[in-house]
Amino acid sequence: MDKKKLVIGVIGADVHAVGISILQHAFEDAGFDVTNLGVMVSQEEYISAAIETGADAILVSSLYGHGELDCRGLRDKCDEAGLKGILLYVGGNIVVGKQPFDEVEKRFKAMGFNRVFGPGTAPETTIAALYEDFGIKASEKE
Amino acid sequence: MKPVLLVDFGSTNTKVTAVDVENCQILGTAAAYTTVETDINEGLHNALEIMEKTTGHLEFEERYACSSAAGGLKMISIGLVPELTAQASREASLGAGAKVWKTYSFNLTKGDMKEIEEYHPDIILLTGGTDGGNSECILYNAEMLSQLSYDCPIVIAGNRCAADECAEILKDRSISICENVMPRLGELNIEPTQKQIREIFLKRIVQGKGLSEASDLVSGIIMPTPSAMLTAMELLSDGWEDHRGIGELVGVDLGGATTDVYSIAEGNPANMATVMKGIQEPYAKRSVEGDIGMRYSVQGILEAAGDRKIAKLSGLNRQKIPQLVEYLASHTDYIPDNEEMEKLDFALACAAVETAVARHAGSLEQVYTPCGLTYLQSGKDLRRVKYVVVTGGALIHAKHTEEIASHALFDESAPGSLRPENAEILIDRKYILAAMGLLSQHYPAAALEIMKKEIAYYGHKE
Ligand code: B12
Repeated sequence: MDKKKLVIGVIGADVHAVGISILQHAFEDAGFDVTNLGVMVSQEEYISAAIETGADAILVSSLYGHGELDCRGLRDKCDEAGLKGILLYVGGNIVVGKQPFDEVEKRFKAMGFNRVFGPGTAPETTIAALYEDFGIKASEKE
Repeated sequence: MKPVLLVDFGSTNTKVTAVDVENCQILGTAAAYTTVETDINEGLHNALEIMEKTTGHLEFEERYACSSAAGGLKMISIGLVPELTAQASREASLGAGAKVWKTYSFNLTKGDMKEIEEYHPDIILLTGGTDGGNSECILYNAEMLSQLSYDCPIVIAGNRCAADECAEILKDRSISICENVMPRLGELNIEPTQKQIREIFLKRIVQGKGLSEASDLVSGIIMPTPSAMLTAMELLSDGWEDHRGIGELVGVDLGGATTDVYSIAEGNPANMATVMKGIQEPYAKRSVEGDIGMRYSVQGILEAAGDRKIAKLSGLNRQKIPQLVEYLASHTDYIPDNEEMEKLDFALACAAVETAVARHAGSLEQVYTPCGLTYLQSGKDLRRVKYVVVTGGALIHAKHTEEIASHALFDESAPGSLRPENAEILIDRKYILAAMGLLSQHYPAAALEIMKKEIAYYGHKE
């Protein structure tokens, strides 16, 4: 089976660099082809990278609390750029402080994200979600 | 003594340089006017005659030539996303010494195809997609190109998983397949493509343009002139074997129609706190400003700099400038014959150098984040580069070359433009750089020694 392709990066003016490289390695070990855009990634960069690499999903990371502002409009821009229906995930510390997660999740889903992950999500949780969304069965995993 | 002749066939000038490769010396240089209509041998004969007046008759043991005649190496580049593979494709073509008329991204349209037909490029570079990435676009564009009315050589250097299918679509055409110019996102891999372009240039283009008529005089035109120039700058910078080069440098070639800028430098961020954006740029980079030139493109200088700036630099009245610039644009062989026009030419040259180098160099943007300032860098940071080499008739024959060239340097009023901060200005007084690029193909040590003597040593004294 062809490897599924992921584009990952930390959105906006966020410089938290540690989590994203951990995710890169975890996703690669789980059999994905990962393009890591690093930190301070603009919406346009995710989109350009996804077009060029033919990505199957974009995973947005945000740690510094401004994720809600930074993520606004990303789904619309994806649609505009011909990335119709591409899988969008977001995770990290995506909002300021401690807010009830189900409300946060609702807001990000309304923005067009397929899945929203709260603080301290283990890479395994995300990987399981990716397998499920791509319809990859346990027997097919590398 | 072992005399070698180096010839540069330009569109209006044929330049000859005679060197003694045994003693690493320039024996003489000369130039003569040529036109596209006349046999290019005529210009060569005339130039040789002029040169031999000072050198006496020379028996050349070897002859090599480069050419930018008949429009140079005309190319178009095609990629997918403008700032990704389309830019990589453009960088590859420019570095191979081509004149890149246009760079296309995404799917080609019928209108684009019409344009391409009309422009009639010598080579088309088709790219798009990282390896394993998008293949629809490059396949679509291959399909479009298969309808071209003439057999234009096409270099395919995109997503490797689409290469076979592209080749199948274009099977009746002259194609060559190269490694992807951007195998992974942001990563540049342009050397294999450049090598292929040079080979096609040698095999097909030179004959096609009637330049091979010169072959009885020249053992062969071996490269496009800009490629010779880039090769020379790389050699001067890097050195050869145990002969040391002078280190990182920026080169500026100010012409009548375009301004070429070269940088041989890593250009990495100055500190850890700087975040890099955009694709990685080539270590040996060439950029061409098609709208910046002293005559044919003089309007572009005025547009880029504004009349206020030209007035300030020249000391002329602002109202007068557009009309004088207009005159230059329509009298492309005009040489200033009065003080006013000298001042104007000076100001235009300063502005041209500044604009072209600023576009070539990277930029640094300040971003205010919740925890304070961070910096975003795109392109190359050339602030630590130690030399600026200037060449081109408009610069080396100007009165205040050094002052004009200093506009290539960092300017505190534009701190985001990452140009050299404390560089020494070196002048290619005898206009030998392209010749040395040619010579380096067979005598690298001699070419380096001559450049060090003529440019690095004598080149900094006004
Ligand atoms: C180190 C650090 C910094 C360093 C970053 C250095 C660097 N270049 O990486 C510096 C000092 C620069 C910094 C600055 C700031 N920081 Co800070 N920083 C931290 C700290 C202590 C650790 C972050 C870290 O590396 N964690 C380790 C990695 C492995 O974990 P992670 O980043 O959380 O990532 C994991 C998961 O979150 C998840 N994940 C991440 N992204 C995604 C995406 C998806 C799709 C999924 C599924 C999962 C997922 O997977 C990752 C791997 O397991 C945290 C506190 C903490 N303990 O988390 C604060 C923290 C993130 N920072 C915070 C803040 C507020 C800031 C500043 C705004 C100001 C400040 N107070 O210093 C600035 C912002 C600067 C900027 N422009 O981005 C807050 C964010 C609060 C919020 N969101 O409400 C935190 C939580 C501290 C706090 N409790 O207040 N910071």
